[in-house]
Amino acid sequence: MPKAKVNGVEVEFEPGMTVLQVAELAGEEIPRFCYHERLSIAGNCRMCLVEVKPGPPKPQASCALPAADNQEIFTNTPMVKKAREGVLEFLLINHPLDCPICDQGGECDLQDETIGYGRDDTRYQENKRAVEEKYMGPLVKTVMTRCIQCTRCVRYVAEIAGVPEIGMISRGEDAEITTYLEQAIHSEMTGNVVDLCPVGALTHKPWAFNYRPWELKKTETIDVMDAVGANIRVDARGSEVMRVLPRTNEAINEEWIDDKTRYACDGLMRQRLDKPYVRKGKQLVEATWAEAFAAIAAKVKKAAPDRIGVIAGDLQDAESMKAALDLFTALGSPNIDCRQDGMVLGSGPRESWLFNTTIEGLEQADAVMLIGTNPRLEAPLVNARLRKAWLASGVRIGVVGEQADLNYGYHYVGAGIASLQQMFDGHDKIAAQKPAFIVGSGVLRRPDGAAILNAIGAGAAKFGVVKDGWNGFNVLHTAASRVGGLDMGFVPGKGGLTATDMARKGALDVLFLLGADEIDLSASDAFTVYLGTHGDAGAHKADVILPGAAYTEKAGLYVNMEGRPQLANRAVFPKGHAREDWAILRALSESLGAKLPYDSLNALRAKLIADHPTFGQVGYAPGSKPAALDLVKLGAPGKVSDEPFKSPVTDFYQTNPIARASVTMAECSALAASLRSKPAAAE
Amino acid sequence: MSVRRLAKEQPASWDFAPVTLEKAHWWISKYPQSRKQSAVIPILWLIQKQDGWVCEPAIRKLAAMLEMPVIRVLEVVTFYTMFQLEPVGKAALIQVCGTTPCMLRGAGDLMKLCADKIGHKDHISADGLFTWQEVECLGACVNAPMAQINDYYYEDLTPQTLGQIIDDFRAGKAPKPGSYAGRHTCEPAGGATTLTDPALYDGSKAAPVKIPNAPEPA
Repeated sequence: MPKAKVNGVEVEFEPGMTVLQVAELAGEEIPRFCYHERLSIAGNCRMCLVEVKPGPPKPQASCALPAADNQEIFTNTPMVKKAREGVLEFLLINHPLDCPICDQGGECDLQDETIGYGRDDTRYQENKRAVEEKYMGPLVKTVMTRCIQCTRCVRYVAEIAGVPEIGMISRGEDAEITTYLEQAIHSEMTGNVVDLCPVGALTHKPWAFNYRPWELKKTETIDVMDAVGANIRVDARGSEVMRVLPRTNEAINEEWIDDKTRYACDGLMRQRLDKPYVRKGKQLVEATWAEAFAAIAAKVKKAAPDRIGVIAGDLQDAESMKAALDLFTALGSPNIDCRQDGMVLGSGPRESWLFNTTIEGLEQADAVMLIGTNPRLEAPLVNARLRKAWLASGVRIGVVGEQADLNYGYHYVGAGIASLQQMFDGHDKIAAQKPAFIVGSGVLRRPDGAAILNAIGAGAAKFGVVKDGWNGFNVLHTAASRVGGLDMGFVPGKGGLTATDMARKGALDVLFLLGADEIDLSASDAFTVYLGTHGDAGAHKADVILPGAAYTEKAGLYVNMEGRPQLANRAVFPKGHAREDWAILRALSESLGAKLPYDSLNALRAKLIADHPTFGQVGYAPGSKPAALDLVKLGAPGKVSDEPFKSPVTDFYQTNPIARASVTMAECSALAASLRSKPAAAE
Repeated sequence: MSVRRLAKEQPASWDFAPVTLEKAHWWISKYPQSRKQSAVIPILWLIQKQDGWVCEPAIRKLAAMLEMPVIRVLEVVTFYTMFQLEPVGKAALIQVCGTTPCMLRGAGDLMKLCADKIGHKDHISADGLFTWQEVECLGACVNAPMAQINDYYYEDLTPQTLGQIIDDFRAGKAPKPGSYAGRHTCEPAGGATTLTDPALYDGSKAAPVKIPNAPEPA
């Protein structure tokens, strides 16, 4: 490997690295504004100047200069210091000194660099330039006078988000960042431009003037808005979650999160259930915990064990599901289901419901088949990975299902089972070493889901989707709790009813909803108990409401679609009289005479891991284990209707109770709906 | 130069004239199929030739034609000041050079005349016939002061000659481009003062020259 000297210290580096990267290898921090390791190199801010020998006797922009063997790099010479001070002085010529009212204040790259390289006063007497504000949608607030034209936002939307809609118009002193005719950015991942902006030109519109970064308590946790399990940091002040930011996890979300993950947090303060309620007559009346438990116990004791059932929702942590599973098993009920959408997966090997390539491993695939899924709406971060792979290696992508704009080029095969079969029959025409199938939950929740799964399994076997060292069979879940639920066997026992059957008229006497809001219960006439966080569909149907904790209010394990258990932490306390879900179930179990054998979350977690060891492998995704999955045994043979495959998500911004309670998400949803109705406007 | 914005009033739709379209395809054919965005500047020129300016529907049309994001076309259009973002006079677009040599030779008087005869700088005249602008150096300093009117240079101007030229355009005539001081292109005013010996031009001074390193004649 080539070697270079950084300030006299020799380092080895990979060929192709830039001078900036080599300097970082040696532990030297180079100031920068425009350079970002996940974006293309622009080299226009000039803040990263260093001195390089051999070379011309002038400072060089290290971000855009390839490092060479035997190069000598200096980052702390008087010339470098003077050059950086000069660059910063020029940047500050037109930058307003409004840090006290700027939302970026305290976490601003320009502020930080000014500490190191700024002058104490200004030599510039002329007027500063002023730039008109630009509309960029309901999420991004602009104060364009602060912009230093680093073009990170331009590169991000073009390269990562795949919607080339931001640009820099005019030139020189008049250069401005804008979208075309000031339209909103058509992306599910716009919030990341604010993280990228090194100054306060782009800030979070929903959180404008709400907080100062140093007054927030930061908690590292896991997102539950989709099944990706993005790593996030929840920033709270007092009892309120003020904002959600991404954490870097190369295997999952890199350093991006989607807008629902980021901006739905205002939904945590609205429509909340903060005390128990019991229905008296037609009214839900406030009650104490004891009254609520007594009401439930009275109904449960009257009911036969096979006339009670539990449905777990999409945002549940594994511990609360385990507590519910143990409780209902102890009560003798076989009616247990975590698949409120009616998905067919749940029996057979674990690999049959995982995203087996892993999200990172998807980049190695050389052909990807999307079946009945729109990853842009179901898991924007998976879609971003697909786009990354498509840009880097030109992976071939085929789609059966809806013909949506996915931000990358794909071959549209057809809408339904007929075109899928046709493709399977012509499998020898498509040569692929590492083919991957991504099966959407939209096809698996159909009444003929088992038959479709069987057909897909047979086709996948023809393509060699599972082979030694490669498992390309992927299920794209949309529910954060789903894989955890399936892993612990939160599915109907012997003779038990599925969620769909439990919702039918007369199926049950007592129905327990563990945060389940996405199931149509209009036909059900059972006595319904809802344990959850928001006054949403489940609570409206309920006869007893038990207020639970939202994902920011409890510690818990979540297993993402890859089968990777991740530990979420509590950022704030549950609202009002609400308690953590497992504790409610533990207390309820005593009233029902089936006391659960654990008194602390740790004891519950220990039992969970003892019963299901996969939950102990925190942070680990099994990935492509050699041929653990027999594809042809998936599902059950049967007749498949020729109805076109559909994605389960039509409105990205309204998929769960938290998002539905969020004002920001409602605004985004309305905007997205208006764009759907007139797609030509964007052209 | 100031902030460049698209005109407030835009036509509802826009389309290529057949002759423009034909030329546009000729330009596109010069580049590889995957690089056809390279034709964006030549085709913007053609659009401007067709209408005198570049309107917003034309930007969208061109972006679709070249399969590039519309913001990228907008970036190009706003970057180059040669692209007019507002309608210009039907008879003439007068671009008066205001850089130092022309300024010293009386460009200020020309601009005052334009302001008197046409109106505000950068705005189309009330009758829709003229627009005048101040531009940076057009590279004809030896014939200062000068102006570019439509496609041609009009040089060695005085307020009288420029006034006449404007009147001619208004009358629908096409005034002759070039110097208005009676000289041929950029020859010295008042005739040549050097290299006047006729023998320079009759070949009599031509002598065989030995070119070093030249190959020997066979």
